[in-house]
Amino acid sequence: MHQEYTVIEGDFVNAGAASSSVKKTLKQLNVNPQVVKRVVVALYEAEVNAIAHAYGGKVTVDIDAGKIRMVVADKGPGIPDIALAMQEGYSTARPEVRDMGFGAGMGLPNMQKNVDRLNVTSEVGVGTTVEMEVNF
Amino acid sequence: MTLREIVGLLDATVCTGEAHLDTEVQSAFASDLMSDVLTLKDTPILITGLCNIQTIRTCDMACLQFVVFVRNKKPSADMIELAEENDMVLIACEYSMFKTCGLLFEAGLYPLF
Ligand SMILES: Nc1ncnc2c1ncn2[C@@H]1O[C@H](COP(=O)(O)OP(=O)(O)O)[C@@H](O)[C@H]1O
Ligand SMILES: [Mg+2]
Repeated sequence: MHQEYTVIEGDFVNAGAASSSVKKTLKQLNVNPQVVKRVVVALYEAEVNAIAHAYGGKVTVDIDAGKIRMVVADKGPGIPDIALAMQEGYSTARPEVRDMGFGAGMGLPNMQKNVDRLNVTSEVGVGTTVEMEVNF
Repeated sequence: MTLREIVGLLDATVCTGEAHLDTEVQSAFASDLMSDVLTLKDTPILITGLCNIQTIRTCDMACLQFVVFVRNKKPSADMIELAEENDMVLIACEYSMFKTCGLLFEAGLYPLF
């Protein structure tokens, strides 16, 4: 099963819309609720990042027997130092991101903890791609 | 304790979810930081002063059904609509986070850690 969602720059109101839709799909497929939670928490943090730190992007989700693969690809400033960005507590979030309840530098670490495979690639001035896989 | 008892204890108003007020709850977690809420393995009631649509989305992702808003924050119509879709209960009180937590702790709600 293949799904695509568009994420719009600065559209905090709809941050999480893709994750919410994926949650419904996985529930319908009777995926274990703990796995569903891991998937949607990770995807939600990635979605928030595409809105908060980049200029929006695209979420693609592929669900096969026993595996879900999510790719959040944005057009944005990119991440100059991915290892640093992965550290808990590191954040360059603007005040409006903090006002939404994010921006404590926990997003990428939260993704890492919840998925079986995380791969972040980024080019400064071009954008960032976050690939995540969860087996179930 | 039941959500109804919590409403009484906090002199709170119920914004949505009247039908679930007899649900028993055991534990609570208080935070204004949604990334923190997203780390929880359990499903406590959430006590928060963050009152925007992301509070409701976060609860959806984290499978939390019950929220107490503190500091006289009132959920918007959009928030209530999304909460209703997810069968949530939203309660609002005028007390500070500290007072709310103190009262609920004293009344027997457990912390997660
Ligand atoms: N998609 C992205 N585009 C550009 N920078 C990003 C992106 N995602 C994360 N970052 C950078 O990595 C930092 C840490 O991200 P994260 O762990 O999600 O914490 P937070 O979002 O709370 O700042 C961000 O503050 C930002 O500097
Ligand atoms: Mg983040």
